[in-house]
Amino acid sequence: MRKGKDYILFNIIGYIFITIIGMFTFIPFVVLVVSSFASENYIINHGYTLIPGEFSLNAYKLIFQNPQRIIRAYIITIIVTAVGTSLSLFLSTMAAYVMYRKDVKYRNALAFFLYFTTLFNGGLAPYYIILANYYHLKNNVLVLILVPLFNVFYILILRNFIRGSIPDSLIESAKIDGAGDFTIFLRIVLPLSKPALASIGLFIALNYWNDWWTPMMFIEKQNLYPLQYTLYLILSSVNVAANILQNVVRIDMPKETLKLAMTVVATGPIIFLYPFVQRYFVRGITLGAVKG
Amino acid sequence: MQKNGFWQEIKKNKVLYLMFLPVGIYYILFAYIPMGGIILAFKEFNYRDGILFSPWNGFKNFEYFFSSGRAWLVTKNTILYNLAFLAAYTVFSVACAIAIAELAGKIYKKFIQSVMFLPYFVSWVVVSAMMYNFFNYDYGLINTVIKNFGGQPIDIYSNPIYWYFLLPMLYVWKWVGYGSVLYLAAIMGFDEECYEAAIIDGANIFQRIFYITIPMLKPTMIILILLALGRILRGEFDMFYQIIGNNGLLLDYTDIIDTLVFRSLMQVQDIGMASAAGAYQSVLCFVIIMVVNWLVRRYDKDYALF
Repeated sequence: MRKGKDYILFNIIGYIFITIIGMFTFIPFVVLVVSSFASENYIINHGYTLIPGEFSLNAYKLIFQNPQRIIRAYIITIIVTAVGTSLSLFLSTMAAYVMYRKDVKYRNALAFFLYFTTLFNGGLAPYYIILANYYHLKNNVLVLILVPLFNVFYILILRNFIRGSIPDSLIESAKIDGAGDFTIFLRIVLPLSKPALASIGLFIALNYWNDWWTPMMFIEKQNLYPLQYTLYLILSSVNVAANILQNVVRIDMPKETLKLAMTVVATGPIIFLYPFVQRYFVRGITLGAVKG
Repeated sequence: MQKNGFWQEIKKNKVLYLMFLPVGIYYILFAYIPMGGIILAFKEFNYRDGILFSPWNGFKNFEYFFSSGRAWLVTKNTILYNLAFLAAYTVFSVACAIAIAELAGKIYKKFIQSVMFLPYFVSWVVVSAMMYNFFNYDYGLINTVIKNFGGQPIDIYSNPIYWYFLLPMLYVWKWVGYGSVLYLAAIMGFDEECYEAAIIDGANIFQRIFYITIPMLKPTMIILILLALGRILRGEFDMFYQIIGNNGLLLDYTDIIDTLVFRSLMQVQDIGMASAAGAYQSVLCFVIIMVVNWLVRRYDKDYALF
């Protein structure tokens, strides 16, 4: 690399550009966290600021005094995410493996059968009525697992990954050794697909974790509300405190900062895990970038 | 003969076909049967008779939808917002990807890339809390800053004009990290030889970007833009619903097909309107995908989706 004037100029422009983008991305997170630790009085008098005015833990104290509702929502979300992700990953990879096997004559027909669902659908109204009235999934925890269960693109990405990383000869020799199709899947394909499973699994888990649409459509019982939807209801309610605490609300409660503290409590784990899982997501996107 | 072949194939690989069955059944139940439910758009629905046995009413639902005056409005909004999103997203993603690929140094680049990717992880619910944090009239950060400089606070939640600019910005904020990873993956796959040849020929860094990187990114850009164009009538429901919600002041400027369908179905209980608008969206979407794909195939088979 020759380091000419142009290269220096490019680096100056480039560094300014990505720094601006980085700040643009990051500031909302900072403001959210900082504001949740501000005292209510300060906010009412000065408004939200980038630099914390008066430090206060009031909003958090209030949440942790009465955490039943939030803990319950967390438990629902964790269970749904764990069960849904494992089920989805196992069955998706199994379907991907079937579509990868060269001796399956209708593998492309099966792939098209899946792909077509991304091109055409009946719209929201029939979908909602069929799930609610015909499958009786309204107010049923199963709906939270079933609605986001599969994603055609993830299945096709898994198939491409298996195709690119497992040679046919390996399958052939396993067959000659007398392994059945399911055994081959369990013993050879699953272990060898680990990198893709980690990435796609995290994508699926994130979809479950952030899903508020399904409960909004199908869940009316408060004790079944997952985390994101609980957060949504709290944020959109006029009296936030009453919504969290379910008991007598005092006048001097922080109303403004409570919303933000609640958001931080609901988002904390994701941000905390982020540095550890980020590279898997990047790898997952890179896997998907290869055209199937 | 054909039939025979089919059963023979199923018999021969019955374990494999059985392994596909869970996913297959799921898509029949949750995609193909609801797909058939599109007939609802031509019916006068009542709960007692259900979708299959409710009486037909021809194109009445569609007449009602098109004469309501909202059809054109929501279609226009959906398409224009999506075009604005797509343009902003593509430009910023490509620019960030090129910057991250070409800049000197490693650690800072990596750090910024991680930061850029952060919004992808939070739900729109959380984003709506951040928006409130920034734009709330009484205490929002933006107005705090304006007041400190002695200006008049602005009320963003009752001024539609700001949203034409704000929503694409928000979209870029949420997706630019994802998009730049996508384009960066493409750049990393390029052949080094082109660049080396260009350097020998005396091309400076800007020329290399404009004459090599960007032209080589074209296929990736075209595929991603085509995918997005195929979805041009599918709005970002999550974003519009969480950020704007049921704000009546903004409704005409930010109502998209998806929010209209949702409102008709869940809040007004107007099944006729919801099913007609939904069917209109689905059918048009399908036609657009087919046309776009056909045009692309004629132009260059390699870019086609199928």
